[in-house]
Amino acid sequence: MLTKRIIPCLDIKNGRTVKGVRFEDIRDAGDPVELAALYAKQGADELVFLDITATNEKRKTLVELVREVARYIDIPFTVGGGISAVEDVEVLLQNGADKVSVNSSAIHRPELITELASRFGSQCVTVAIDTKSTPEGWKVFSKAGTMDTGLWAMDWAKEVVERGAGEILLTSMSNDGTKNGFALDITGEISRNVIVPVIASGGAGNAQHFLDVFEAGADAALAASIFHFQEVPLPGLKQFLAENKIDIRI
Amino acid sequence: MKIVIVDYKAGNVQSVLFALERLGAQATVSSNAEEIKSADKVIFPGVGEASSAMRALKANNLDTLLPTLTQPFLGVCLGMQLLCQHSEEGDTEMLNIIPVPVRKFDAAIKVPHMGWNNLHHLKSGLFAGIKEDEYAYFVHSFYAPVTEHTIAQSSYPEPFSAALQYKNFYAVQFHTEKSGPAGAHILQNFLNL
Repeated sequence: MLTKRIIPCLDIKNGRTVKGVRFEDIRDAGDPVELAALYAKQGADELVFLDITATNEKRKTLVELVREVARYIDIPFTVGGGISAVEDVEVLLQNGADKVSVNSSAIHRPELITELASRFGSQCVTVAIDTKSTPEGWKVFSKAGTMDTGLWAMDWAKEVVERGAGEILLTSMSNDGTKNGFALDITGEISRNVIVPVIASGGAGNAQHFLDVFEAGADAALAASIFHFQEVPLPGLKQFLAENKIDIRI
Repeated sequence: MKIVIVDYKAGNVQSVLFALERLGAQATVSSNAEEIKSADKVIFPGVGEASSAMRALKANNLDTLLPTLTQPFLGVCLGMQLLCQHSEEGDTEMLNIIPVPVRKFDAAIKVPHMGWNNLHHLKSGLFAGIKEDEYAYFVHSFYAPVTEHTIAQSSYPEPFSAALQYKNFYAVQFHTEKSGPAGAHILQNFLNL
């Protein structure tokens, strides 16, 4: 059986992990490769590297990082953050990234999704959608959640798939950071209505939250701080999910 | 041992090079006929779309070369499907080395089939030491059905060929280079053939 995926997300700035990772068993918690290797060993199914570097050196340091991750890590990984052109993607894939994720650039210019899919194949094009619950329903926000795009989350999800996305990374800004659980309703609704896998993101606080979101229909679940701070250790999480009849790779 | 990775600008070549490096093996990346013919082992990776990959092979005259090779040969992912007869992806005539068709997954299930899935009904030295139901990482929207040439199966939800063998041609649908220690073991088994 195809298993549900657990995906730790590492925020990267100038080639280093941010968010004060606390780990006793690694020497340099700021080293993305060392942290990635630990997660791979603990049973992470994939990894996401989200680059938040804002400098002109961004592209160079990111490519160097991708190359080092691909050299040492033997599980798939996705790279996202500020990717807006076919050339950006080409160099990342050539250096060993398996997938890229695009977000604001796809909202700004939706043709980008089709360009990437026809050039590299849908399997390496993840579209990240940031959504917030509003009184009218779930809407898409850009610019780190500050700008209402006027798009409905469900409509945009269907459109990105029609344009060639191979996967959706759905982050609920309403749940992100709360540790009260994933947004089950919109995650389930989108997952049931698109033909591609959906990664749920935002709100994970404990193992039960992962079980809830998989039962709601997510194909994968992503989290950051609860893994970095070892609040929900990966091996125990996967064991818990397996005991609760979720198909999971142990 | 001389390992050559077939270069036709449609592969995740760097990931395969790094996977070999982790096994202490070095490889050459080439589209040159003499270079490929002289290899002890040939690896044929691939990601992307079938018809454009076939065009790239033809542009390098690899469509006539590859079927004549006699050394152990490993197709990976799209590299596996290209060894088959015909693909429903773009209605493409493939290399026709392994007499198996390539079909699209049923529209009722999610595609791509993306993630970790079990390998079962394992046969051949390629899977020596790999336990039944071991996990491997897959990303694909088309599949080869189970036939007499199947040496490993996976299920989504119906059984399909996770690996094929025909004479010296071995092929895996999953990514050995991204399938953790088990993938590395399978790649090492290929080098040992």
